[in-house]
Amino acid sequence: MKRIYSVLVENRSGVLCKVAGLFSRRCFNIDSLAVGETDDPAVSCMTIVSSGDERTIEQIEKQLNKKLDVIKVKTFDENKSISRELMLIKVKYNRNNRRDIMENCDIMKAQIVDMSKNMMIIQICDVPERIQLFIKMLQSISIVEVARTGTLALPKCIDF
Amino acid sequence: MNGADAIIKCLEKEGVETVFGYPGVAICPFYNSILESEIRTILIRTEQNAAHAASGFTRVSGKPGVCAVTSGPGATNVITGIATAFADSIPLICITGQVNSELIGSDVFQEADITGAVESFVKYSYLVKNVNDIPRVFKEAFHIANTGRKGPVLIDVPIDVQNAQMAKFHYPEEISMRTYKPTVKGNIVQIKKVIKELEKAKRPIICAGGGVLLSNAEGELREFSETYKIPVVSTMMGIGAMPTRHPMYYGMVGNNGKPCANRAMNESDLLIMVGARVADRAVSQPDLITNNKVLVHIDVDPAEIGKNVGPHIPLVGDVKHIFADLMNQEMICSKVSCYYEDWIHTLDGYKEKMAVVRKPNENYVDPARFITMLSDKMEEDGIYVADVGQNQIWSCGYHIVKKGRFLTSGGMGTMGYSIPAAMGAKLAQPEKQVIAVCGDGSFQMSMMELATMRQHDIPVKIIVLKNNYLGMVREFQHYTYKDNYSVVDLSGSPDLEKLTAAYGMDFLRLETMEKAEETIEAFLKGNKSVLLECIIDPLDLVK
Repeated sequence: MKRIYSVLVENRSGVLCKVAGLFSRRCFNIDSLAVGETDDPAVSCMTIVSSGDERTIEQIEKQLNKKLDVIKVKTFDENKSISRELMLIKVKYNRNNRRDIMENCDIMKAQIVDMSKNMMIIQICDVPERIQLFIKMLQSISIVEVARTGTLALPKCIDF
Repeated sequence: MNGADAIIKCLEKEGVETVFGYPGVAICPFYNSILESEIRTILIRTEQNAAHAASGFTRVSGKPGVCAVTSGPGATNVITGIATAFADSIPLICITGQVNSELIGSDVFQEADITGAVESFVKYSYLVKNVNDIPRVFKEAFHIANTGRKGPVLIDVPIDVQNAQMAKFHYPEEISMRTYKPTVKGNIVQIKKVIKELEKAKRPIICAGGGVLLSNAEGELREFSETYKIPVVSTMMGIGAMPTRHPMYYGMVGNNGKPCANRAMNESDLLIMVGARVADRAVSQPDLITNNKVLVHIDVDPAEIGKNVGPHIPLVGDVKHIFADLMNQEMICSKVSCYYEDWIHTLDGYKEKMAVVRKPNENYVDPARFITMLSDKMEEDGIYVADVGQNQIWSCGYHIVKKGRFLTSGGMGTMGYSIPAAMGAKLAQPEKQVIAVCGDGSFQMSMMELATMRQHDIPVKIIVLKNNYLGMVREFQHYTYKDNYSVVDLSGSPDLEKLTAAYGMDFLRLETMEKAEETIEAFLKGNKSVLLECIIDPLDLVK
């Protein structure tokens, strides 16, 4: 079972280590982890994607809540949230495959953000599955390096 | 005023009277400032024992014990003591010196990342980087340690912060922490559900854990059990929550517990776990205990509930408050006539029939009989500190708690706990009789503290059950490896008579049960340190 945790924490040094340490200490999985400041500079938001059985999923939430640097834990299912991931991918290209790459970018709504004579960096922002798909599409060309942000997610808007 | 003076002032504000520790350069400003204070310093002989002593002090006084050690090895040595306290939810304040803050991270002499190293053994930790943060940090630390699920808090203070001048000392009256608000009062809807279940139940039982003692709820537990005639069993950490000979108490559960207590728990139709973790030593198969019964789990820590077993009725809150609220509820069943009479009758039968019969070797002291005899002769409110090993299991099984306390390292099972913890307990309540019971293995893990006892005049009484083996491991090897003993022979142990003489301490030896009575009487006489060596059968078993 996959679960997304949106964890608001005090924006202090060492907090990331404590939260990540909790996961390793209790043998919980981290599929992805993304951290950034919120609108309040004293608060950071960690988006953690984890998986496990029901008891594990519940324990993760409880153990996170126990940490004194954790302000709030929200958890939600993938299908009840909007999730995105950003990837920068550097590839080598040549005259023969340049057009193919550009077509792929068009299909996947990716942008070429930097270029040299034989290399380019492509940026894509999408749901994690499509990012994975994009990597697969580019695998036949030579990928030089990849940087991904990890999943960011917010629960869907519900009108009251 | 510098940072070190400010720390001392914080400790005074918190009513600290004793600090256990070991100095080193990085904590020297602190130990210099403490000279100006009324706070008593106890020079322990190794840092681990500073935490154990503070733990014994805490458990008897109810106030967080304080230890202060230096950076690097001082700090790393104290980790086992902190972890021991953490496993038993004992509040401690551990102050560690740290190298100059500008040098942190450069691996200088005696530098250790202690806040990083203890992360999974503390409730919280601080690295103080600004001298003006000291009052807030200490106020928060004491509050965090001694509220909610209690536990140790470590404060790492670099030497330059201890030496830095402070503008103005102001100790905060209140704490504002948006991330920490432990639940105290239980949810009333859940409390009503418990009462409903009690009305339906035919065979209810309460399993009391260490949380009952940590919440000072022994009186409330007893009143609840007596009023509604609900039988009680306990975990190891819950020993002493009920007097051992109380008619409603049926002993300790678990793989080293009383058979009748385990049977009582298994046959109940309503199990109320109070302040207990449902850990492996108490309940070996947590999934099974919910099979044929309703499980109510009361704990101050929401994460404990459902961790090892999913209860039917979770109830988060402080045990003392929850018992008070339970007592305030109307219960249909009469309080006067016993509603669960048949059940109690059955349990009384088990208590009698399932009593363990030992076949002691008459050439040695029988630890079981000896411990019961000792308990009977001890002062009613005496404090009994058991170490870890066979001695612990015998102590759990045969010590009779009356109005006193029973202390041991239950969660972590740290050998060498008893002597330093007994010292801490004695310093917290000097008028009480304090006895540490250990084996010859655990004694040798803390025997350096005889010097501390002598130096600071801490009259703890020590019993060493000597069998020349690491008995608990030997027993395990007996059962599991068919007597293929490996590294459990304790030959080479010191002559305890000569050793105690070297420390100027009284010594007694008991070789058989023949002279047990008069030896125990001589041992308990007077408020002075004495070591009693009991020669027990090397092949004796706890099971």
